[in-house]
Amino acid sequence: MNFMRTLFFSSIFFLLFNVTPSQAQEWSSDSLIIYRSFDSFEEAIINTEDDLVYVINFWATWCGPCVKELPHFESLHNIYKDEKVKVVLVSLDFEKQIDKRLIPFLNKHNIKSEVVLLLDPKESKWIDRVDPSWSGSIPITIIKSGDQRNFYEQVFHSPDELKGIIDPLLKSKK
Amino acid sequence: MKNLIFFTLLLGTLSFTFLADGYKVGDKAADFKLKNIDGKMISLSDFEGAKGYIITFTCNHCPYAVMYEDRLIELHNKYAPLGYPVVAINPNDPSVQPADGYEEMIVRAEEKNFPFVYLFDDGQKVYPNYGATKTPHVFLLDKDMTVKYIGAIDDSPRDADAVEVKYLENAIASLQKGENPNPSTTKAIGCSIKSK
Repeated sequence: MNFMRTLFFSSIFFLLFNVTPSQAQEWSSDSLIIYRSFDSFEEAIINTEDDLVYVINFWATWCGPCVKELPHFESLHNIYKDEKVKVVLVSLDFEKQIDKRLIPFLNKHNIKSEVVLLLDPKESKWIDRVDPSWSGSIPITIIKSGDQRNFYEQVFHSPDELKGIIDPLLKSKK
Repeated sequence: MKNLIFFTLLLGTLSFTFLADGYKVGDKAADFKLKNIDGKMISLSDFEGAKGYIITFTCNHCPYAVMYEDRLIELHNKYAPLGYPVVAINPNDPSVQPADGYEEMIVRAEEKNFPFVYLFDDGQKVYPNYGATKTPHVFLLDKDMTVKYIGAIDDSPRDADAVEVKYLENAIASLQKGENPNPSTTKAIGCSIKSK
C-alpha cells in the first residue's frame, strides 16, 4: 500500500515537473542503481529494445582519462535535448567508495546522465560479453541504435567526435 | 633520392612496429634491460635458474594495480623460491601520470616492502613489444622466455575475498607439470597505460 502511494505521488511529481530523479535531486547512494550481476545489467542497459540511441560509457572516478572525457558525454544532454538519445554512465568504482568518492563526485560535477554502478566482480567472465575486442582497460563506449552496436576502446576528445557517430544513427531512423 | 628510399624504408619499419599488437601465447619474448628501483639494470637473463617469469605490468597510481600489490607480494614469496619470480614493470610515462615516476616507484616499493624487482620502462620501449594495454597485465613466460599465459591474476580484482579461480597460479601449476595453461588468456579491468 505504502509502495503504491509512493508510486502515485512520484508519478504526480514527474508529471508536474517533467524531470528525471537524477536532475531533480542530489545524488545519494539511494538514487544510484547498482547491478551486482552482469546478467541483470545486460538485460536492463545493453539489451534494450526501443527507438533510442544509447551512449553507454564505462568509466570510474579513479580513471583519469575517463574523468577527462566525461564533460563531452554530459554535453550531449544539451545537444540532443529534444532527440531520442540517452546517455548511461556505467561506473566501475569500488563498493567501498560509493559514499566516500562516487556520490561526492557526481554531486560536485552535477552529473545529469543516468549513472549505474556495475559491481559484478567476475570481470573475466563478462568483459567479452561487453565486446570480444575489449582488452579490459577503460574508458570504453558503446553507441547503439536498434540492432546496430558500435564499440569504442578510446578516449573522446570533443562532443563533436561523439556527434559524428550519433548524428548518422539518428538520421538513419528518420 | 637515396634519402627518399631510406626514409620510405624507415617509415615502413616504423609502421610495422606500431601495427604489431604484441606477443601472443606461444611467442618467444625478447629479453630487456630496465632500471630497477635500486638503481641496477635488470634483464631476465639475470635470474639464474629461473623456471619462468611472472612479468607484471603494474604501477603506483592505478587502484586496480594497488589492489593487487598484496597479492603480488604473496605470489612472489610463494613462487620465487620455486623458480618463478615476479618481475614488475611500470610502463607509464611519468610526464602523463606523475604518480608513476621513478622516484615515486622507489617510495611505493619501500612503503609496501616489495620483495620483487620493480622496473621502470623508461622511454616505453618494452610494454609495446608485449602488447600490454593496461595495469595490471600479466605475462607468464617459461624458462625459454616463451609466453605461456596472458591476462589476469585471478577472477576477482575488486574483491580479494571473492576470488574463486586463481588463473595465474593455475597457469604456473601447468608449467610445473610441463603442460600448457588452460585458459591461456583471460581478461580483467585495468587502467590504460599512460603515454603521450
